Amino acid sequence: MGKFRLITKGLVKENPTFVLLLGMCPTLATTTSALNGMGMGLATMFVLVLSNMAISATAPYIPDKVRIPSYIVIIAAFVTVLQFIMQAYTPAMYETLGLFIPLIVVNCIVLGRAEAFANKNSVVDSACDGLGIGLGFTMSLTILGLVREILGSGSAFGFKFIEGDGILAFVLAPGAFLALAYLIVIFRKITKMN
Amino acid sequence: MEYLIILVSAIFVNNILLAQFLGCCPFLGVSNKLSTAVGMSGAVCFVITLATLVTYLLQYYVLVPLHIEFMQTISFILVIAALVQMVEIILKKISPSLYQALGIFLPLITTNCAVLGIALIVVTKEFTFGEDPHMLNLVESVVYAFASSLGFGLAMILFAGLREQIALNKVPKPFKGIPIALVTASILAMAFMGFSGMVK
Repeated sequence: MGKFRLITKGLVKENPTFVLLLGMCPTLATTTSALNGMGMGLATMFVLVLSNMAISATAPYIPDKVRIPSYIVIIAAFVTVLQFIMQAYTPAMYETLGLFIPLIVVNCIVLGRAEAFANKNSVVDSACDGLGIGLGFTMSLTILGLVREILGSGSAFGFKFIEGDGILAFVLAPGAFLALAYLIVIFRKITKMN
Repeated sequence: MEYLIILVSAIFVNNILLAQFLGCCPFLGVSNKLSTAVGMSGAVCFVITLATLVTYLLQYYVLVPLHIEFMQTISFILVIAALVQMVEIILKKISPSLYQALGIFLPLITTNCAVLGIALIVVTKEFTFGEDPHMLNLVESVVYAFASSLGFGLAMILFAGLREQIALNKVPKPFKGIPIALVTASILAMAFMGFSGMVK
């Protein structure tokens, strides 16, 4: 498979949110606005690319029996690096995303890619795969965040264009489930038409 | 009285699944049948309470005295993974019947974000249960963890019951599977919003 295909497959065909339905916790919890969704997506992408590369480089030396704990330690190490970087350069975003940054460790997308792709492919291919899936995840989270922000607070990427309050429920929990449900339905309709 | 407030707050007002979105993967993944939902809830209840007790001790008796709090994420996930493995081995030996009931769910729990999430919440967040904001002590932490996992079980079992009913009905084609489950979850979350404001 070409490098370009590896990167683009995560956007539509193997979209982690709308098709594979992985990593639901951060998807639902952090998408209260488009920017928050995008921040969470990029943070996950950072960990995904680096852990994919590290795991594909070390996979031949890790005994099969202890591979899952080893992958978790590698992923946790990169998450700790990410925590330091975010605390230093984007403290406001780090505060907003809060608990869900350390919880990238248990995001099924990251461990899933390690097990399904990175441990049997080359370092460069694994990096492309991580980038592709990461981009798909970022795109989905930004779209979901945008929909919830427009309906919930009448703004997009922080720019307010409707006076007054929106439908508050879309910022709170019920709206997260509802918006995601309808986005999956729309995604299924569109991709079937193509 | 304070423990009662913690219980009500964690089960109904700040339900771990429907208000905080922790543990959504098993919530959507294994809620097709009521019996599996009950088994999963039982296993989660057991592991969350035990894991929170162990990670609380780890945080305050190892990480803080040694000034290596930045190792929190790595050490917590390792401890949880080891603990789950250990629980599995012990259960197999001393209570085969319980192992039969919970067994298949235990390996899944290591990567359940509710376990790591609750363990991190009790050592990082300040709570106000009736008095000034304060960090939870050991007993409060364990009660909070237990109450949260009861909340998880409640939401999970309600949701599985609803999904069993939905499976019998006609659903528009694009909504089949997860989307209709998400719509159901949304309505359930709306019902739980009715509790908000009951406890500060």
